[in-house]
Amino acid sequence: MAELVYRRQKRNLAKRLAPALQVGLPAIALVVMLIVIFWIRPTAMSYFGFTLLFKLAVPLMFAALAQMLVIMLGDIDLSIGSFVGFVTCVTALYLDTAPMLAIAIYIGSIFVYAGVGLVIHLRQLPSIIVTLGMSFIWLGVAIIILPAPGGAAPAWLSGFMAWRPPLLPLPVLLAIAAALIGHFVISQSSYGAVLRGAGGNPRAIQRAGWSITMIRAAVYAAAGLLGLIAGITLTGLTTSGDPNVAPAYTLLGVGAVILGGGSFTGGIVSPVGTVIGALTLALAGSLLSFLQVPPTWQIGAQGGILFLVLAGRILLAEDKS
Amino acid sequence: MSGFSLKPWTYGFIVALIMWIAIIAYSGFASAVPTLSSALVFAAFSVVVGTGQMIVIASGPGNIDLSTPSVLTLSAYLSMSVMSGSNDMILPGLLVALLVGALAGAANFLAITMLRLPPIIATLAWSFVFQSLAFNLGGEATLKPPAALSAFTFWSVAGMRIMPIAAIILTVTVTVILARSVWGRQLLAVGQSERAARLAGVPVIRVRLIAYMFCGVTAALTGFLLAGFSGGAALNMGDTYLLEAIAVVVLGGTSVAGGQANAVGIWGAALFFNLMATMLNTFQMQAGMRFVLTGALIILIVALVPKPKAA
Repeated sequence: MAELVYRRQKRNLAKRLAPALQVGLPAIALVVMLIVIFWIRPTAMSYFGFTLLFKLAVPLMFAALAQMLVIMLGDIDLSIGSFVGFVTCVTALYLDTAPMLAIAIYIGSIFVYAGVGLVIHLRQLPSIIVTLGMSFIWLGVAIIILPAPGGAAPAWLSGFMAWRPPLLPLPVLLAIAAALIGHFVISQSSYGAVLRGAGGNPRAIQRAGWSITMIRAAVYAAAGLLGLIAGITLTGLTTSGDPNVAPAYTLLGVGAVILGGGSFTGGIVSPVGTVIGALTLALAGSLLSFLQVPPTWQIGAQGGILFLVLAGRILLAEDKS
Repeated sequence: MSGFSLKPWTYGFIVALIMWIAIIAYSGFASAVPTLSSALVFAAFSVVVGTGQMIVIASGPGNIDLSTPSVLTLSAYLSMSVMSGSNDMILPGLLVALLVGALAGAANFLAITMLRLPPIIATLAWSFVFQSLAFNLGGEATLKPPAALSAFTFWSVAGMRIMPIAAIILTVTVTVILARSVWGRQLLAVGQSERAARLAGVPVIRVRLIAYMFCGVTAALTGFLLAGFSGGAALNMGDTYLLEAIAVVVLGGTSVAGGQANAVGIWGAALFFNLMATMLNTFQMQAGMRFVLTGALIILIVALVPKPKAA
C-alpha cells in the first residue's frame, strides 16, 4: 500500500518534471557541446569566443520564434526562410538610402502575414500549402528587387550587430532577452494562455468570447514581425541582401521548436526551449568543425545530433503513458 | 447546389489546359504537340515522386516525407556508381536504387515510431544524413549513365514517350490498390482514424511502414530514371522535388489531414506546374516574376477549390 502511494507520487513527480525536462534536454545538449568545444579549444571560452560561436544563431533564433508562434496555432510556416531572405534584400537596398520606403515595406509585409493568417482561417485552408505558395512569392519579389546578392546594410545596423556590450556578449544578451520576453508573454501571461488555447482547443477559447479569427491574424502578424527582426539582424551580420540566404531557416526553425519541447498538435510550445533549440542547432555546426569532421559529413552529423537530442524524449513519453 | 459541380482534383487539369492553350496562342499551332509531349515527360517525374508522397500523406495527419529529394539524389549516385556506364549492369543498378529507397523509407519510419518523432523532423534529420552519404559515396567524377538507360528514358512507342506511359501505369495501379486491395483500404482507414483502425485489428505499424517504404522506392526510382534522362547524377537534382511533390499532392485533391488520396489528380497538378514553367518561359517572364506567379496560383487554386464535405 505504502509502496503504491510512493510509486504514484513518483509518477506525479515525473509528470510534473516532464515539461522542465523537455526544455532541459536541449539545454543539456547545448552545455555538452560547449564543454567539448572548450575542451578542444580553451581559448573559445571567452567573451570573444562566445560572440563568434553564437553570432549566426541570432537570426535563426528569431526565425525559430516566428515558426513557434505559427506552430502554437497548430499550423506550420514554410515561407519564413524566404521571407527572411526578402527582408535582407529590402534592408540592404532601402534602409540606408530610403528609410521611409523600407519601413513602409516592413509594415506592409507584416500586414501580408496577418492576411495569410486570415485567409488560412476564413477559408479553412491547410497552412502548409498556403505558406508554401507564399514562400515562392517572397522569393520572387526578392529576386525582382535584387536579382543578384548585393546592396549594403546601414552602418548603424552592422555597428549594432558588432556592438560589444559590457558583461555579456551581444548574441547571449539577445538570446536571454528573447527567451525571457517570450516566456513571460507566451508561457506566463493570461494572454499567452489564450493564445496557446487557440491552438490547443479553439472551441473553448471561442466559447470564452475570443475571436479566433483575430487571434490568428494577430499571431501571424507577430510571426511576421519576428521574421522581420531575423532578416534585419541577418543583414547586419552579412552586410548585404540575398534572396536565397536563408531557405534553411524554415526547417531549422521547425527543428528548434520541436527540440525545445513544442508539438505539432498545437498549443504546446516553449519560447525558452525554442531559443535553446536554435542555439543548439547553430552550435552543432561549429562543434563539428571543431571536431574536424570533414565538411561532406557535417550535414549528416547534424542530422545525427538532431536524432541524439530528440531520442531523450522516448524516456519522457514513456512516463506519460 | 446545382447538379453540375467540379471535383477538386479537376482544377489542376483545367488550369493546365488553359496554359496549354495560352502557349499555343502565343507561339502557334506547331508548338502544340511538342509542348504537351515535353510537359508530359517532365510531369511524369513529378507524378512518380508525388505518388509516393501522396501515400505517406494519406496515412494520417502529420505524416510527410521531407527526405525524398535526398533519397532521390543518393539512389541516383549509388546506382550510377554501380552501373558505371555499362549496359550489362543496368539491372543491378536498378536493384541498388530500389534497395536504397526501401531502406531509406524503413529508416524514416523506424525513427518516427521508435523515437516517437514527428514525421516532419524524423525525415528532415534523415535527409541530412542521406545528403551526406550522397556527398561521400557519390564520388567527384560525374558518371555517365549507361547508353541503354538513357535510350530508354527517351524511347517512344507509337509517338508516345515511354516515361509518361510508365507513370500512367503507376497511377492506375496505385488507384486500384487504394480502392480495391486490403492494404489500400487499411492505409486509408489508418489515415482517417488511427485509433479506430487499430481497434478494428488493422496492423497500423505495418501499413505505415509499407507506405514510407513505397515513398522511398518511388523517390529512388525517380532518381534512377532522372539520372538516365539528364545524363548523370547531380547533387542538387532532387531539390526542386521537395516542395513540388507536396504541392502536386495537395493541388491534386489529396487532403493533408490524411485518410483520402487521389492519384489521378496528381497528373493535373504536375501538368499545371510544368506547363506553367513552359508558358512563363515562352512569355520570356523574368525569374522573379515566375516565382511570384507560381506562388500566387498555388494559393489561388487551393483557395478556390471547394473542399470535400468529409474534411
